[in-house]
Amino acid sequence: MKKMRVLSILVKNNAGTLTRVAGLFARRGYNIDTLTVSATKDHRFSKITLTAELDDIMLGQLMSQTAKLQEVVSIEELFDHNSVLREILLVKVAVTHECRSKLIEIANVYKGVVVDLSRESMIIELTGKPQKIDAFINVIDNFNIVNFCRTGVTAVQRG
Amino acid sequence: MKLTGAEIIIKTLLDEGVDTIFGYPGGTVIDIYNALYDYQDQIRHIRPSHEQGGVHAADGYARSTGKTGVCIATSGPGATNTITGIATAFMDSIPLVCITGNVASHLIGKDAFQEIDIYGVTMSVTKHNFMVSDVAELQDTIRNAFSIANSGRKAPVLIDIQKNVMQSMYEYEPKPSLPLAENPEFEKSEIEKLADYINKADKPIIYAGGGINSSNASTELRELMNKANIPAVNTIMTIGVLGPLDQLNLGMVGMHGKNSSNLAIENSDLVIALGTRFSDRVALNTNHFAPDAKIIQVDIDASEMNKNVIVDYAVVGDVKEVLTELLPLIDANKRQAWLEQIAELQKDDYQAPCCDKQIKPHQLISYVVNQLGEDLIVVTDVGQHQMWTAQCCARTKPRTFLTSGGLGTMGFGFGAAIGAKVGNPDKPVVLFTGDGSFTMNMNELKTAVDFNVKTTTIILNNHTLGMVRQWQNLLYNKRFSQTDINHSFDYVKLAEAFGAKGYSCKTVDEFKAAFADSQKQDGPVIIEVLIDQDELVLPMIPAGGTVEDIIME
Ligand SMILES: Cc1ncc(C[n+]2csc(CCOP(=O)(O)OP(=O)(O)O)c2C)c(N)n1
Ligand SMILES: [Mg+2]
Repeated sequence: MKKMRVLSILVKNNAGTLTRVAGLFARRGYNIDTLTVSATKDHRFSKITLTAELDDIMLGQLMSQTAKLQEVVSIEELFDHNSVLREILLVKVAVTHECRSKLIEIANVYKGVVVDLSRESMIIELTGKPQKIDAFINVIDNFNIVNFCRTGVTAVQRG
Repeated sequence: MKLTGAEIIIKTLLDEGVDTIFGYPGGTVIDIYNALYDYQDQIRHIRPSHEQGGVHAADGYARSTGKTGVCIATSGPGATNTITGIATAFMDSIPLVCITGNVASHLIGKDAFQEIDIYGVTMSVTKHNFMVSDVAELQDTIRNAFSIANSGRKAPVLIDIQKNVMQSMYEYEPKPSLPLAENPEFEKSEIEKLADYINKADKPIIYAGGGINSSNASTELRELMNKANIPAVNTIMTIGVLGPLDQLNLGMVGMHGKNSSNLAIENSDLVIALGTRFSDRVALNTNHFAPDAKIIQVDIDASEMNKNVIVDYAVVGDVKEVLTELLPLIDANKRQAWLEQIAELQKDDYQAPCCDKQIKPHQLISYVVNQLGEDLIVVTDVGQHQMWTAQCCARTKPRTFLTSGGLGTMGFGFGAAIGAKVGNPDKPVVLFTGDGSFTMNMNELKTAVDFNVKTTTIILNNHTLGMVRQWQNLLYNKRFSQTDINHSFDYVKLAEAFGAKGYSCKTVDEFKAAFADSQKQDGPVIIEVLIDQDELVLPMIPAGGTVEDIIME
């Protein structure tokens, strides 16, 4: 059964490493939903965090194929219960005088912050688990969303 | 001692035990050649007619000797010409180190003359590749490339070196070779579980792949078969690992394998897959592969588990190491009923036709291999002739049958045969090729003549791209689109033009005479044999089919 997986890949910080990982996914037909790359404490390594809808067999394939790349140091699956998963959303909504306060009210419930405000539009920033971001976008769906950007999931294991 | 980058390359290669290089000069590798000039007595350099042929030669050298094949090409077209060769080796897990030159660092990314991003281009056909822009990294990178190519599942590695790196001076202090990466570890309990599956099986069958070759595990494989009377089938990559002398070897499995081999898999209750990848030419229909059997698998590459076929139990490890641990846990067992059942199946196997006058492919191939004995290295190209050769070349030693299995590269043969002969000067090397495949890379005949590489090339000339024609014949209503080759090529003159000896034969007697004479020649020889255009490779299970769909006549 397919479900949303979060994978954390520690890679050597060499030119071309991201191309290798991305190229592998493209050529093996793995569909990736989000992918983020970030520096780590040790500048020789970077962390790739990705999410994808996979069943167990596909997960095994993706993990073992990725682990074969020379520049991959380790790959592990992260779970909601043992990791902190976060994503940032920036959403720009066209607003009229009437609906502006309503939108701010909803954003407040989700602990979103208004980071830009003009006569015609506003931008809300929201940080949270991917599910929370999904829920927020869902709730404001009947507003006039101009566009939005999500960073993709970043994650760190608890404890 | 300070050396140029180019000298460091040669020194490091020598240190790594390299004595043979297949390469082609050009502007960005001219410094390597300049350095090589001083080491001609220590390194044999073979220059092919085309870089593709050079890589196939390095590949044939590696396949036949077990060593790493080394090749050199210049930037741009030289580098792109290597790709088919590298991909061929990659698909069959053959260790190569390919060195390409590139334009100088300050020109990188400027679309300079003969600049190609070969690093980007070869990422998906190498296990790893490097781009070297600093002479300080040169020695380590080359040593690393050898280690990666030979660790775990073997494969080609490419090193792209910028021209100024070869010209820069750097301190050369020879370092030791890098050790190979450790093979994956496995637990005793995993081996016990494998043993349990095997000991409980009534009708087990070993499905042995090229991994047996890579890990030199043929002795252990035989012990397992003999101790517990477990029959085996081989893939095209395991010809020679298992041979006709192995009583328990049923022969080749898959699309053009023996009917009995495919039926044995179908009827088994346990498939023991060793160093093999359930390719679509063997597990033609993954949903019906060994329908009643449990499947257990041993492979050094974890990503082969559950890739094409879902298995019941798998151990990741070097197949030789696993078999060594496994053998003491295996119960002796007569398995009489199962072996009798198989013997029954074998009675209905396809028998290739023979003829006194007209040349029949099987008969011809059998004749040649009988004449030249068990040390003969048989090389093929791709097509019907490849399958006929695979079916009857009767190799009994590992590394004596070289073929492009995974990529199916027409044009592989001549280069590979040259590489095999260069690596095994004392063994006879025969290439069985087709009229289509031969013309793809026949320019390498010049290489064989130039370097006096004594190979025998036998062209089974059916005046057609026979394998494609066979599909058109059986599956596409005989619509022979673009397959027949109607050129009236004079192979004898062709050979002579290149400075080789050529023969052309229509009958069995003519062939026997030509072959006898050809073996007395000092240089490479070409023997054209005319065969019928409608000759088929049988049996055949069409792609995606099952044993039920087998075509026997
Ligand atoms: C480089 C390449 N191009 C095309 C093919 C597709 N192909 C497979 S077999 C074959 C025919 C080979 O003809 P020939 O070498 O004459 O061998 P025959 O089948 O006639 O024995 C072709 C075109 C291939 N395998 N490799
Ligand atoms: Mg032909």
